[in-house]
Amino acid sequence: MSVTDKIIKIIAEQAVLETSDVTMESTLEDLGIDSLGLVESIFAIEEEFDITVPFNANEPTNSDFDISSISKIIEGVERLLKEQAV
Amino acid sequence: MKRVVITGAGTINALGHSVADTMTAMAEGRCGIGPLAFRDVGRLSIQIGGQVRGFEAEGRYNRQQMSLYDRFTQFTLAAAAEAIAQSGIIFSGEMAAKSGVVLGTAGGGVSTWDDNYRSVYEDGKNRVHPFVVPKLMNNAAASHVSMEYNLKGPSFTVSTACASSNHAMAQAFQMVRTGMAPTMVTGGSESMLCFGGVKAWEGLRVMSKDACRPFSANRNGMVQGEGAGIFVFEEYEHARARGADILCEVAGFAMSSDATDIVMPSKNGAARAISGALNDARLNPEDVGYINAHGTGTAANDKTECAAVADVFGPHADKLMISSTKSMHGHLIGGTGAVELLACIMALRDGVIAPTIGYEEADPECALDVVPNEARDAKVDVVLSNAFAFGGMNAVLALRKV
Repeated sequence: MSVTDKIIKIIAEQAVLETSDVTMESTLEDLGIDSLGLVESIFAIEEEFDITVPFNANEPTNSDFDISSISKIIEGVERLLKEQAV
Repeated sequence: MKRVVITGAGTINALGHSVADTMTAMAEGRCGIGPLAFRDVGRLSIQIGGQVRGFEAEGRYNRQQMSLYDRFTQFTLAAAAEAIAQSGIIFSGEMAAKSGVVLGTAGGGVSTWDDNYRSVYEDGKNRVHPFVVPKLMNNAAASHVSMEYNLKGPSFTVSTACASSNHAMAQAFQMVRTGMAPTMVTGGSESMLCFGGVKAWEGLRVMSKDACRPFSANRNGMVQGEGAGIFVFEEYEHARARGADILCEVAGFAMSSDATDIVMPSKNGAARAISGALNDARLNPEDVGYINAHGTGTAANDKTECAAVADVFGPHADKLMISSTKSMHGHLIGGTGAVELLACIMALRDGVIAPTIGYEEADPECALDVVPNEARDAKVDVVLSNAFAFGGMNAVLALRKV
């Protein structure tokens, strides 16, 4: 499964939606994922890819990880995978 | 001062998943204690407990709820659903704004601590689930009950070890009695039956390896249990006006502190709580027909408790009945007073006195009528429920037939 597919699966599960309902342009808000759901999604991403996502729930827009859309999240994860590759 | 009655009861414990099943088991003198089943149990020297069986959280709660509900919260919500359904109250408007939930627990989310410590220490993981804190906090169960049932009044959690539930119910009682709240959801829960929870108790060397035999000369310690007991306390006129089924009246309570030792019980502290509850309820010692004992099955508790009862009741101590249902459901620690309140309700409402099972040998230091091994039919009008905690914190409730 590609990085994109894995992330879409994680987000869809969190939003209790079909993976087909999650598009590149979707925002977490569109999908009904609240702040607790966001933190849980980030945890699931960290577990899935064995990476550390720099994210502080107190200042979500000021983190080094862009969560403004699904495509941004995928980009961010791909960057972290490169940076944190052992 | 307003009168306070109980209009809803719910439970889950080793004897049953409902009040009816639990009372049937108590009346039959059934033992819910058996071999423990959970991860790493083989490394424990204590292998028995009053574990809740056949309770599948999966299916009962959705994925999101599961990530937030420790087992002690799951038990609480199951018992609260039964109690609130029985009361028939839908919380809205002024009722919702003024009614709250006060619960007792000693350990809160013990298995959440246990699982996550195991994960970071033993398995070497460096990341835990984001909800570990809201899942393990001691007030999680009370919070989820408040959210589930729209209870917006005073809500909090009381933690006084083995007296937690009695302290919580005493507090809820006081709130309704003073008119602060028209109804309160109260009781308590505990779920310490996991590796770390039992291991901690093992350290104290007060646990029995074979059975809980309160008041019996050959008793050799306590046995842990788990579960929850939840009640709806309601102002009497409010309950009558809506034609509610009243289970019994909460007539009074008292709390005391031994101020002596962190684990050894004190006769004086216990006696002051018992006599205080009688005074608060304006009852005479002769009015009391049954006492649900703290009766842990330890050498120290049972003889101290019997001596305290003898002191307070004088000659009447030989006429009243006193039993410990911990022999059947185990010691639910912070939830124990709540489940034991069911034996009090059964005594008042059904005229059935739950027995002390496992009783084998008379102990001259516990020379009271402990209702050995078989339940008894008896009409009683007033009962007490004792709870004496580690730390010397005692809470006794007095209940009356309505």
